[in-house]
Amino acid sequence: MRRLDALVHYLILTALSVVCLLPVIVLALTAFKTERQIFDTSWSWFFMPTMDNFRAVIEDGHIDRYLKNSLVISIAATAITLLFGTMCAYALARFRFLGRGTLSYGTLVLRTLPPAVLAVPVFVIWSTWGINDTLSGVILVYVALNLPFTIWLLYGFIEQVPEELEEAAAIDGCGPFRVFWVVILPLLKPGLAAAAIFTFRLAWNEFILSFILTNRHTRTLPASISNYITDTGVEWGKIMAAGVLIALPPLVFTFVAAKQIITGLTAGAVKG
Amino acid sequence: MISARISRAVPYVYIAPAVLVMAAGLLWPIAKAAQLSFYDWGMGTPWETARWTGTEAFVAMLGSPQVWTSLAVTLAFVVLAVAAEMCLGVALALFLERPVRGMRVFRTIFVLPMMIAPICVGLIWRYLFDASYGPINHLTGLFGIAPRSWLAAPETAFLAMVVTDIWQWTPFVFIMALAALQGMDTAVTEAARIDGASTWQTIFLVKLPIIKPILIVTLLMRMIDGFRGLEVIYVMTFGGPGQATDLFSLHIYKAAFVSQKLGVASALSILLLAIVTLLSLAVLLAANPLRRRESD
Repeated sequence: MRRLDALVHYLILTALSVVCLLPVIVLALTAFKTERQIFDTSWSWFFMPTMDNFRAVIEDGHIDRYLKNSLVISIAATAITLLFGTMCAYALARFRFLGRGTLSYGTLVLRTLPPAVLAVPVFVIWSTWGINDTLSGVILVYVALNLPFTIWLLYGFIEQVPEELEEAAAIDGCGPFRVFWVVILPLLKPGLAAAAIFTFRLAWNEFILSFILTNRHTRTLPASISNYITDTGVEWGKIMAAGVLIALPPLVFTFVAAKQIITGLTAGAVKG
Repeated sequence: MISARISRAVPYVYIAPAVLVMAAGLLWPIAKAAQLSFYDWGMGTPWETARWTGTEAFVAMLGSPQVWTSLAVTLAFVVLAVAAEMCLGVALALFLERPVRGMRVFRTIFVLPMMIAPICVGLIWRYLFDASYGPINHLTGLFGIAPRSWLAAPETAFLAMVVTDIWQWTPFVFIMALAALQGMDTAVTEAARIDGASTWQTIFLVKLPIIKPILIVTLLMRMIDGFRGLEVIYVMTFGGPGQATDLFSLHIYKAAFVSQKLGVASALSILLLAIVTLLSLAVLLAANPLRRRESD
């Protein structure tokens, strides 16, 4: 009876995994198909894979440029968000100061700000500031969007570091900034990993703001997708090849750091 | 406390960079949206040509059938998709709660749909639902069902959007509910069992009430996402056919960058901001990370 139970358990889990994975597999397979195979009315699992789509998006599509833009933006946004976010979370968790309440409640509410709300005003403001169509303009909006979540996630981690540890370091002659770098930072690694993944994910995946704020030189990978959707239809082979390139880093992250991702996802409600 | 020993300026040095960035990238744009909603102004024209219109944009917004349709579509989408995700996710978590070997691998797989770009999700499902070569038509064909243009008819396009969201986000509810159940004190369920509670009684009278706060937060977070999302549907249908899948966030985008009505788009932004902020405050009421710590 117990073994039957376990069997049913695994059968359901496997079925669910198939449902989760199948659409992603379809994306990957289609990217390796020729135009003719894609437009075939019947779906085929086995075919001679071709690299033509990838070659096309790299050679004619300037995808190498978009890839570079995406990498620069995502890495810079992640690094800056983590630095500023940790500093701010540390101050919120450790100091009592005027404006602390406003700041902490402000970040909690800003956490859910819809990107669509930002689209129009950011486009207008960035134009007047002259940072439209620049990588730094996109980085700025991504850092701003990510900070509330990062601050709030790291706040929970810093709270759990015993204050005695810092006091001991202070008595040993560590200044406040050294206490932060030498004592606190190393203890925050799991929180920082989760924050880094979520920030990178947003910066790497984000489409609408990047699409509005960049031109063909500064375009990111997701925004370049629109190049393959025309009035006459979708260039499926190429768009799926670009899609695979976009999906790849998050896929790698998921398999390498699933634990940190789940920490980040559940941090808000479950414990913390 | 350490803070007594150092200068009062220290906390402000720590918060300054984050506060400046959030002010420039979030607060200032929100203020700008509020300002723009009172003007009639064309993008690319000098600001001096902007015309003060007062509350005209808000009146136009509330009087526009398209806006109400978009709100209704979004609400129907949120209710349907989130209800399905909550039921499915919680049911699965209750059923699969017992820790088994290899659960980590499965959890990793379940996280995938949430991690890949929404734009990719939109692409994948647009292809799956495609009328002439989509795998879904191929699949239904095996059962003798005639192929359909799923995304070209209003009802099926709306359902396709719901199905896509269920695929992407049910794992989130599952993971949240599972974490809640596994964080529960086993003594409670043990006590219920000894008192002779049936499996169903244990679920409805013990487990669900205990994990309720977490489920409420999960529910609200999903609802907020429903109002925030536009990228999946941007690629899948761009809101069509007609307004069948015209989610509110996408509606704002189209008002601004397709119809070029900045005033109305800004007024819509303010409305969206109000809706999401209300839901967000509800999350704080249900689970406030600040207050909880201070009462510990």
